[in-house]
Amino acid sequence: MTGNSAVGEAAIRAGCQGYFGYPITPQNELTEYMAAHLSRRRGCSFVQAESEIAAINMVYGASLAGVRAMTSSSSPGISLKQEGISYLAACELPAVIVNMSRGGPGLGSISAAQSDYFQATRGGGHGDYRCIVLAPSSVQELADLTHRAFDLADRYQIPVIILGDGMLGQMMEPVEFKHEAPEEPPVRSNALRGAKGRPSRIIKTFTSKPTELEELNWSLFRRYQLIKKEETTCETFLVEDAELIVVAFGIAARIAKGAIKNARTAGLRVGMLRPVTLWPFPAEAVREFAKRTKYFLVFEMNMGQMVEDVRLALEGKGEVFFYGRPGGVIPTPSEVLRVISRHYYQEGLR
Amino acid sequence: MLIKTIFAGFGGQGVLSMGLNLAQAAMLEGKNVTYLPSYGAEVRGGTANCTVAISDEEIASPVASSPEFVVAMNQPSLVRFQNQIQSGGLFFINSSLVEAELSRGDIEVISVPANSIAEELGSPRSANMVMLGALTKKSNVVSLPSVIEGLKDTLKNKPKLIAINKKALMAGYNAV
Repeated sequence: MTGNSAVGEAAIRAGCQGYFGYPITPQNELTEYMAAHLSRRRGCSFVQAESEIAAINMVYGASLAGVRAMTSSSSPGISLKQEGISYLAACELPAVIVNMSRGGPGLGSISAAQSDYFQATRGGGHGDYRCIVLAPSSVQELADLTHRAFDLADRYQIPVIILGDGMLGQMMEPVEFKHEAPEEPPVRSNALRGAKGRPSRIIKTFTSKPTELEELNWSLFRRYQLIKKEETTCETFLVEDAELIVVAFGIAARIAKGAIKNARTAGLRVGMLRPVTLWPFPAEAVREFAKRTKYFLVFEMNMGQMVEDVRLALEGKGEVFFYGRPGGVIPTPSEVLRVISRHYYQEGLR
Repeated sequence: MLIKTIFAGFGGQGVLSMGLNLAQAAMLEGKNVTYLPSYGAEVRGGTANCTVAISDEEIASPVASSPEFVVAMNQPSLVRFQNQIQSGGLFFINSSLVEAELSRGDIEVISVPANSIAEELGSPRSANMVMLGALTKKSNVVSLPSVIEGLKDTLKNKPKLIAINKKALMAGYNAV
């Protein structure tokens, strides 16, 4: 199954009732999958919207009505959705947004890239808010994290971004789905579905009272602190005796893993830390490693974005190197191995 | 053991279906497998390629820096990939369309007149399956029955085509 289709199937099995999309390479197979499969399900909606902006606002509406809703796009389209995401955050509404990112800036290229890290992890739109950001690195994990994204979105009433990339969306791998689609998809209790027999609820993004808005910001902030505490996730690989830790996410972590395996064969003690949640970033885990080793190599398919979070986490305690390929160029494992070896020997590790 | 294969050719020659069938066969055999297509701007007549990685262990990178096997269905693919093949690797060349002039001697060339064989079978569009048959025999990554079984999945929307594709696979298998 392609990564794109796997997201679609996992979303349906997570009880997604509304998918709203607008075509863009390299995520079209997801829209296609939802057109073929979601639209056939009772009570579910598939809409190919007239634009990305319309699509995110349809998600906004569906989420207000209490159902699980999703949209997907790729980098330039995700930029267009930022206003809607900010509104979702302000209204404390759950939503799942999938970004199968491609090279940028501008219309960029259609090849896989990771240059949307800042946009995804810093909120992306205007105002003081965050989205949970999940970064899968295999088709299986795309499916698993899609399910988790819907659960997290509901639990914390927050938009969740799945930050994939064109390669992950396009590649095929065997995938197992661990859940069956629910008979009756969940509907949130605080939804707006008519106020018959109860006082009306008001969900809005504007207030003329700054103190009221300050209170909302504080309440969001407290929730973000809770998410940081409860949901930060990362994976480690061969780190026990590692003298050099590679930090990489998503498909770059996959490529780095290949390089690290070969480095190990050559006797280099190299390991990897892979953040699964990009926000919240696993800063604690990075700091923990700094007690054992000094050297970190951050590898990204951009000009250096996550590397800033690694440096912040280390608080000056480690030596951080960076290697990146922007624009949609897919580096090879042997290229990354060369970079690993160079730093390894230059620092006199042996 | 990790084996990576690159299939390359003109868009429309079925290079992506070749890869897909190999991936499907490997999955049926319970192996770890990744399939990575070139995507997006590919059109009929343009160039297309895909990479299939098959392993008994978890596959790290789906990208191949130095594949064990390369299938070149057209001339540009020969030029582009001949230097990437691992030393000792196999280079499958569609000799109906490709003039093989290799600048290296450390790889084995397997020439298959895939288009001619497919035309003899009365199905010129099955040249890709002829080639996949030859690859199946020489590479020993997956078994022929698995590849044939895989056809049922990849052609599940076009069941009429299974018979001729199977025939083409066998013809390629027996040609090398």
